[in-house]
Amino acid sequence: MKEYLLLAIKNLRRRKLRSWLTIIGIFIGIAAVVALISVSYGMEATIKEQLASMGSNKIMISPGGGALGMSAFGTTTVLTEDDMEVINKVSGVQYATGMVYSNERVKYQDESKYTFVIGLPLDRDSLKLFEDMQGFKIASGRFMKESSNEIVVGWNLANEKFFKKRVDIGKTIEINGREFKVVGIMNKIGNPQDDSQVYIPLERAQEMFDKKGQYDAILVQAKEDNVTRIAEEIKEKLRKFRNEKKGEESFQVQTFEKIIERVEDVLAIIRTIIVAIAAISLLVGGIGIMNTMYTAILERTKEIGTMKAVGARNSDILLIFLFESGIYGLVGGIGGVLIGLGLGKLTEIIAKIYLGVSYIRASFAWWLILGALLFSFLVGCVSGIVPSIQASRLKPVEALRYE
Amino acid sequence: MADEIIKLVDVYKSYQMGHSIVNAINGINLGIKRQDFIAIVGPSGSGKSTLMNLIGALDFATKGAIYLDNINIEHLSESDLATIRGKKIGFVFQTFNLIPTLTALENVMMPMMFQNVPYKEKVERATQLLKEMGLENRKYHLPSELSGGESQRVAIARALANNPEVILADEPTGNLDSKTGKNIIELLIKLNKRGKTIVLVTHDLEKAKLAKKIVKIRDGKIVKI
Repeated sequence: MKEYLLLAIKNLRRRKLRSWLTIIGIFIGIAAVVALISVSYGMEATIKEQLASMGSNKIMISPGGGALGMSAFGTTTVLTEDDMEVINKVSGVQYATGMVYSNERVKYQDESKYTFVIGLPLDRDSLKLFEDMQGFKIASGRFMKESSNEIVVGWNLANEKFFKKRVDIGKTIEINGREFKVVGIMNKIGNPQDDSQVYIPLERAQEMFDKKGQYDAILVQAKEDNVTRIAEEIKEKLRKFRNEKKGEESFQVQTFEKIIERVEDVLAIIRTIIVAIAAISLLVGGIGIMNTMYTAILERTKEIGTMKAVGARNSDILLIFLFESGIYGLVGGIGGVLIGLGLGKLTEIIAKIYLGVSYIRASFAWWLILGALLFSFLVGCVSGIVPSIQASRLKPVEALRYE
Repeated sequence: MADEIIKLVDVYKSYQMGHSIVNAINGINLGIKRQDFIAIVGPSGSGKSTLMNLIGALDFATKGAIYLDNINIEHLSESDLATIRGKKIGFVFQTFNLIPTLTALENVMMPMMFQNVPYKEKVERATQLLKEMGLENRKYHLPSELSGGESQRVAIARALANNPEVILADEPTGNLDSKTGKNIIELLIKLNKRGKTIVLVTHDLEKAKLAKKIVKIRDGKIVKI
């Protein structure tokens, strides 16, 4: 066996260029799979980590029927003070708090740009909840005072990544023509959009954006861990209060478990698509191996005859050629895994440096590497089966006579 | 019959060539004794190579029986035939047929590989055989680095690898100059003296005369022994 392997390796080396071209077909496919899957798992792990750090006993209610809490854009339904009251009455709810946001024109010195303006409630409990769930935490300075014209700015916005000039504490920023004084800078949240937001007191925002008594999102801190039950109850009570039919709610109640499930679902779909695309490229790679094996067998017909003359059985010839095609696959797999890991890491680095995104991270699981190697070897073997059988069945006399 | 290692009884072999049938062998009866040295001679197209393939269990007869060491090879499976070729017969070809990617040593080791000989034993035996052929210092050379005479001696060493009783040499000197060719024939004579049965196929009467017996064939029939 070991010698058949050595024999196979020697044969690969006799037509170097052809061997490499054949192998490239496999390693493009494997590299794509490894890179994309490791990035998608890395992303999933980071997102889960972040969500877990927010705590599981929290619930978010937002208007609209879309997904992932971003559904509020473009919907006409709103959440009101009355809804808030209903939610507060649900047993198990420790406290609920609401916020509004709007995409507004923000002017600093001579530059004016659109960004999200968040109206934030400023009591201690609310701030704690926002810190846990959204990562709103002051890096320098302080939060604004209630009903004041004070403003806190996101990290990127303060640090020349949004406006050309640096925004320091004490400076003035204009929102829709109204002046606000910068009193604090928010911690880095990790995605460029969040880090370019500005924060003003809730009532000021409700008044400016014509959202008096309304909320764009309500966050709930639950007393106990049984958030699923509490979420269900909130949903039911709200539905009754708003007089809506089951399944046609104009709002969404999300727990973080649900969000994690959603994230998992979305990433699983993405992975399936990736694997399907990679499967096509591996199929093409496999056909490449098959083609190479047919050529090699044709080239070496006389050698096959000689081997049979000196005692090789059909099964020996079959094994020799199967090993050869398997090695094409395996070498492609090794190269593919290495390149894939490199690409995954590169994606992570590029995302961090150029996009300022920290949740794209490559995660290299041993099963992924091992699986990729095993699979590539199998692709090689399977591609080699038909040519190898053909080689093994060559009649010795005819093979020897072949020139 | 016991001392006849090869026996052909009323053997016919025909090929389909396009629309016509070519009768390459037309009823041959031949017995080859152990430790004999026979030369099969005949003009090209006389059927001598076909005869050689039949004796070497590389091909089946259309009609008649071929016995190798008293075994009728007609009834053997492909895998048994392979084993017989590997163990009882050593082939020497006109074009040497060495595997170009393998060194001289590895080429000699190859027949043993198919008989599952342990690695160490293979190396030792192959080294010994190459030494006998005077190719000790050529062990690690590839066939492309060997001269014709050297290549054929490697091929003879390979034929001897599994210590077969019969050496079948099909025009072994055909691709060599006359002096080298003569050396090869002398080598075969030496092997015969050591107890190997040699079957030499050639069209060169001069070389054939060095054998103990000459079988002349023409049109697929033996015309003279």
